[in-house]
Order: sequence, then C-alpha cells, then structure tokens
Amino acid sequence: MTSILPEASPSQAASRAPTAAALRPYSQRCKLCGTENDAAPAAICENCLGPLEPLYPASRRLPDRATIAARPQSMWRYREWLPFEGEPVASLDTGFSPLIDAPRLAERLGVARVWVKNDAVSHPSLSFKDRVVSTAINAAIAFGLDTVGCASTGNLANAVAAHAARAGLASWIFIPEDLEIGKVIGTAVYGPNLVRIKGHYDDVNRLCAQLADRFGWGIVNVNLRGYYGEGSKTMAFEIAEQLGWRLPSAVVAPMAGGSLVTKLGKGFKEFIDAGLVDGATPRVYGTQASGCAPIVRLWERGDSTLVPEIPNTIARSIAIGNPADGAFAAKVMRESGGGGQHVSDEALVAGIRLLAETTGVFTETAGGVTVAGALALAEAGHFRSDDEVVLCITGNGLKTTEAVSDVLPAAPVIAPKVRDVAALVAERTGS
Amino acid sequence: MAVTLFLPTVLAKLADGRAIESTGETVGAVVANVAARYPNLAPRLRDETGQPYPFVTFYLNDEDIRFNGGFEAPVSDGDELTVVPAIAGG
Repeated sequence: MTSILPEASPSQAASRAPTAAALRPYSQRCKLCGTENDAAPAAICENCLGPLEPLYPASRRLPDRATIAARPQSMWRYREWLPFEGEPVASLDTGFSPLIDAPRLAERLGVARVWVKNDAVSHPSLSFKDRVVSTAINAAIAFGLDTVGCASTGNLANAVAAHAARAGLASWIFIPEDLEIGKVIGTAVYGPNLVRIKGHYDDVNRLCAQLADRFGWGIVNVNLRGYYGEGSKTMAFEIAEQLGWRLPSAVVAPMAGGSLVTKLGKGFKEFIDAGLVDGATPRVYGTQASGCAPIVRLWERGDSTLVPEIPNTIARSIAIGNPADGAFAAKVMRESGGGGQHVSDEALVAGIRLLAETTGVFTETAGGVTVAGALALAEAGHFRSDDEVVLCITGNGLKTTEAVSDVLPAAPVIAPKVRDVAALVAERTGS
Repeated sequence: MAVTLFLPTVLAKLADGRAIESTGETVGAVVANVAARYPNLAPRLRDETGQPYPFVTFYLNDEDIRFNGGFEAPVSDGDELTVVPAIAGG
C-alpha cells in the first residue's frame, strides 16, 4: 500500500491499532450483475462498475430475539447482519440510540403514533454516521489499512475523525470549504488531516474517488463503501426491537446520497426474513431540501435516470447533488409504497423548532428536513389516521446553530432583581 | 482538438494505461475515438444508445459534463477528460 504519511515502525503500529486476526470481512457481490468479488477494499464491480454489497453466508446461524436482547446495547448486538466473520475489534459501543415517543408530533401529523429515532445523541460523534463508520473502521483494520478517510458534508467527517482517533489510525478528511463551523471544529479536534476543498460536496467526492485510486487509503464512502453502508441497517434493527419486535407502518428519513433509505428498507426486510418481526416492510419516505432534491425529483418523475443538481440550501449535511444511491433509494420508496418530499429552507428551520418544542430534541438541518417533510407528507394525504410513524433524526442541532440562531427570540438581559423577573413574567403570561 | 482521457484503475486494464490521447471536437467525439480503439473498454464508456455509461461520470477539466451539455460539450486543445466511477460518496 502506498501512503504519503510517514510510516510507523512495526512496534508503533502494533501499539496503536487494534488487531484483527480473527475478523474477516465477507466477500462482495455486485448489486447489478451478480458478479462475486473477493473481500477487498473495493466498492465497485470490476465487470460492470456497479455497487458491491457484502455477501452473507446463507448457512450462518442467526440469533433469536432473546439472544439479541441479552447482548450489550450497541449496534453490534446485530452482528450476524453486519459484514464480518468473527468479532469486531473497534467502535464497539456505537448504536442503540433512544426511540422517543412523540405524541404531540403524532397529533400534528394526524397519525396514531410517532416516534423519533434519535441519532442526534449517537456515540461518539452525534450523528448516524457513527453507525457506518463503525463498520468501515473494522473493515479497514481487517484489511490492514493504516489510513482512513472520507468525502464529507460534515457528520461523516466528525465520525471518521473520532473513530480513527480512537482506533489509532491516521485519517485524511475532505470537506467543502463552506461547512458550518461546528462541523469543522467537531472534526479538527480529533487531530485528523482535515482539508477544505473549494467547491461543493460533489467536487470533494469526485476528488476522493480519485484519491482512493491513487493512495490506497481506506476511504470509507469510496472503496470501503460496501462494508460502510451496512452499518445503516442497524437503525432499522433497533427501531424494530425498541418497538417490541414489531415494525412501524412508515418511516421518514432524510436523504443525501440515498444510502440510509436504501439500507432501512434492506434492514426491515432482513428482520422479516429472519422471522424476528411480522408484517409488511414499512412505507419508506425520503426527504430532501428543495435546493438539492435530485432523489425526490427522480421519484416524482418515475423514471430511473438521476439528474444531478448544484446544491443551494442551508441543509449542507444532505447537500449532495449527484447521489450515488439515488436510483436505489427511489426504488425503495416506490416499492415500499412510500414516497418523497422536498421542503424549503424556511420550512426546515421551522421543522427544527417544532421538533425541539414538542419533543425536546435539538436536531441539525437534516432533521429539520425530516420533520418538515413529514408535515408536508401528512398535508398531502400520505399518512392514515392509524399509521405508526418513525422519524429518523440523524444529527445534532449543536453542530448547525447557524440555521436557527437568527430566528430564535433573543433572551432579555435584566438586573438580578425579583421585581424585574416579576415584570417579565407578567409581560409573558399576562398575569 | 487533442484531449487526454484519464481512466480509473478499474478501467485502465481495458486500455493501454491510465492516460489515453484522443481527438475530437466534442466530449462525445473524444470518447468515440477511444471507444473505437479499445472495444473492451467501449461498453464502460457508452451505453447501447451512445450515451454515457450510467456507472461512470465524465469530468471535463474537473467539471461534470452533465452541467455543460454532456457528450455535446465542446472541447479545446489540451483539455483533460477524466472518467470516475459513479458509485462513491454519501
């Protein structure tokens, strides 16, 4: 492997990184042409350039509900559906975020129940990207890679930097130059090689595809992408278990590259196939900001050719104009009976506030898109009164305070006197 | 116009290397020239209708050609056309 980083001595390397003698990534199969590929840090089929997905042994023994429930509360309790033979060696405590009952949102949506799957408090980097990086970092270690990286709109940068630091791996992280300061600081603090690129995410992504080809790094969402994406399924698994081993009737999730929606559909199906839950796959709804909604527009057109867009939205975390999984996500939305919805920046800000004020969860812009999208879907008649809906909240609002700082009321500054507080109370309550 | 076409590793093995010199007045003509010389590579550059193969993206001097006319985009002497696998990111 070629690296532009100084090489660690064998003793340094041994002391830095977890070992993975017993951890073996599964081989992969092309999602399009079915060609099987040996386990490797490669994400595209050498035959047709389609996406590779891990090939799970049909003979592997799957656990029952009781066995899963007795395991530690992390995403690895579902390890039989994650792409490795053997025990994971890093990032063992990611996952099992709260599923929060949200009756006031249910009332607003006109449905029976709403729950918030709250990955805003995901460990350690406060977004659902911890799930995918947990699988990718184990793949990197198993392949003997000493450097990982990513192209990111922010949350993934935070996650790769954090997980790599903990695992003792070097990291190279590439982000658009205009990301929110919380995302930048929340990456730099872990000590990665952080590089800001002039351009949009899609420019960064193109660059990283070329870098993976040149430097042999484990770029989690490029050449480790097949293993990386499987981590997203654990959000579906957790929803099913936390609901008491049953499925909601609908889920709403934000879309950037489209992978999460695709993997939610896959995860629900795998649990049905395993006999762990009954019933139909939930209707999957994907939401985007109107200023970058190529997947929703693909779903609206009903064809299979994604038309890329140049992003123009404050929802930078999902501002991907050329989403790699766009066609697959649209297919899941169609086949599940769900759909798509895009919302304005003003609506997503209102969505952030509504979630905070009704549920006590502060989400970032992508979460605002999810909530605002759910409201718009409800108004358009997509939900039934007996629906049980899960909103996937994928990131933490403290990372994007710029989105709401200008619209929140200023806190009054008063003297430390009871009478001043009393006056304020009278003003606010009219009593 | 003389244009250099750069291939990713996964496609370079279907040609003589990663950088191929070509000619043409448009991106489509440059690609057609390469496709004619490397028949095994051709189906990974263009689909059966002659449009860009859906699992690669073409960048003319680092700009996605889909924002500039696709295969109809004109090229200039010394331009660089880069082929990148489409499945990445997110």
